Amino acid sequence: MATGAFADRGADLELVGIQKRFPGFTAIEHLDLVIPAGSFFALLGPSGCGKTTTLRLVAGLEDPTDGRILIGGQDVTTQKAYQRPVNTVFQSYALFPHMTVLENVAFGLRRRKITDAVAKAHEALRLVELDHLAARKPVQLSGGQQQRVALARAIVNRPALLLLDEPLGALDLKLRRQMQLELKNIQEEVGLTFLHVTHDQEEAMTMADTVAVMNKGMIEQMGSPELLYELPRTAFVANFLGQSNLFTGPVVGETSTSIAVDVAGRSIVVPKARSHRHGGDVTIGVRPEKLSLHRDLPAPDSASNVLGPGRVTDVSFTGVSTQYLVAVPGLGTLVVFEQNRSAGPIEGEGDEVWVTWNVEHGFGLDDDPAAQTEKFVADTTTQSLAAQRRADLLTELEEA
Amino acid sequence: MAFAAFASTAAPPTDAPPRRRSPVALLLLLPGILYLVLFFLAPLVSLVLTSLQAPSEFGDIGQYSYAFRWENYVVVIEQYWPHILRSFGYALTATVLALLFSYPLAYFIGVTTRRWPLLQSLMLVLVIAPFFISFLLRTLAWKQILSDESFLVTSLKAVSLLAPDAHLTGTAFSVIFGLTYNFIPFMTLPLYTTLERLDLRYLEAGNDLYASPVQVFRKVTIPLSMPGIVAGTLLTFIPAAGDYINASRDFLGGADTQMIGNVIEANFLVLLNYPAAAALSIILMTVILVIVGVYVKRSGTEELL
Repeated sequence: MATGAFADRGADLELVGIQKRFPGFTAIEHLDLVIPAGSFFALLGPSGCGKTTTLRLVAGLEDPTDGRILIGGQDVTTQKAYQRPVNTVFQSYALFPHMTVLENVAFGLRRRKITDAVAKAHEALRLVELDHLAARKPVQLSGGQQQRVALARAIVNRPALLLLDEPLGALDLKLRRQMQLELKNIQEEVGLTFLHVTHDQEEAMTMADTVAVMNKGMIEQMGSPELLYELPRTAFVANFLGQSNLFTGPVVGETSTSIAVDVAGRSIVVPKARSHRHGGDVTIGVRPEKLSLHRDLPAPDSASNVLGPGRVTDVSFTGVSTQYLVAVPGLGTLVVFEQNRSAGPIEGEGDEVWVTWNVEHGFGLDDDPAAQTEKFVADTTTQSLAAQRRADLLTELEEA
Repeated sequence: MAFAAFASTAAPPTDAPPRRRSPVALLLLLPGILYLVLFFLAPLVSLVLTSLQAPSEFGDIGQYSYAFRWENYVVVIEQYWPHILRSFGYALTATVLALLFSYPLAYFIGVTTRRWPLLQSLMLVLVIAPFFISFLLRTLAWKQILSDESFLVTSLKAVSLLAPDAHLTGTAFSVIFGLTYNFIPFMTLPLYTTLERLDLRYLEAGNDLYASPVQVFRKVTIPLSMPGIVAGTLLTFIPAAGDYINASRDFLGGADTQMIGNVIEANFLVLLNYPAAAALSIILMTVILVIVGVYVKRSGTEELL
């Protein structure tokens, strides 16, 4: 399958009961995953969550400890990397420094003895708008150009499955946007199956049809970006994909369509359809941009939840919106985004405010608060993420 | 003035040309230039002049006067061309053998043992260890091992792998063996330094792009280790071509294995034919320069070096 001809379309990828252990730690606990042909699938998670290992397993650069990998229905678990109809855009690009750009792009075609390798390589370079640099060596290109060459080198082979390992990580914001757009165009044009691994939630959400959020070698939740954002299933997803205000409390009331949760003495209503659990202790949440601030206690209204009074402890102006931190006694600090519809911040530091949101905007998590909240909350603070990143960098440096 | 020189290197003015000829820099270069003139250029000129000398008309053996006898070159080439050819033949064979032996060794030390730094250091020490003993002694030891009465040769004869009247010492085999053995560390170390820095992600990329392990080795690993291969082969080939210890009758060589180094030695120390020795030295130097020049150019490693 790997030699002779191009894949005429993308193929399904199926991971069955994959487990991967390294000496000393388990990278992937147990993974079952089906990626339909032609989709743009993103694996999202913090570094060390097992997403890159998953990608390397699919590429054939690592062997799973247990489980099977199927591409287009064919079991490729025992196939070597060079036999699989899969190509990878590496995080480091890994362009061969001793070859020109053209030779790099034609490398895979030549290995598969495909006719007109040079013409096809030029065509792929035209697709990423770099044909005029075909004779250069990779060191003579900028980071963004190298990234596009790496992309051309992979897609020129028309693999059934294209793996992207944080390929946009090294680019500045403008180039990132450009490349994201280009990747989407290529996917629509060529119809490949894309498996994209990233720690950048924005990148995953803008590009992928389906996002799987990974944590500690497991998939926490999978679905469309809108679904993950609107109805996160766990505290980890709620905090990794954007920001969330989370409250935990017992269910104190129930109607046919909604539940009421006691949060610091106030009853907060969440629609049943938007809550995974309907009894006992429940963690509920709401996104910061769904909140509004009021100077006076708003009139009671069955369509909105009210918390407060709290005190504004921090105001930061970000242009489009203003981020407020509101300390509510007994609840902790809430994050509130207010659109700057009029000019600039409305509230000042130290102001007393009430926070409200539409009942329809809340969501309830599936986590059992007693068992899990602590673990996940501790895991997603900026400090611990930074510490983890630092530990990763250190091990990387030691290896190098 | 010294401070001014420092200041100019620390912050070169953007519009002025950055290279300013400073008298300080010239002064600092002077010892080096003097050294080169005194110990390289002058002897070289002297060597060229010696190679053109003619025997003194009324002198003793070994007495020559300055002339421009270009025939000296013709004479030595006519007389010693088999030795010249043999030298380069032996050196080339030994270089290829040393490369074939050292590459897997260097790959093992530089790539396979990366995860175990202690083992890596130990292996490196083992490669360098022979340097702790004079190479004359080591070559003499090999003469013992390969001699007719040695355990090795008698055993080989006992199992008929060697004819009863055959020898190992004094043959092309033992000279090439000695050259290969003596230069293996010079081949292994530069190969190791290149392979130790080899980024394995390139090999993975090759694998990902449908290249089998053999193809990855040929298309990626070898080209990326070219700087080490070039350095190692040069460090082996150049001294091996001029070597006169291994091929010497006192060590591993015989009458039929004399290399150009032995001929130069004999002409200089025994026959007292200084012009011939000088002419042969210049020929050796020129041929090596040409071969090395072509080799470096063709291997295309200028940008990798």
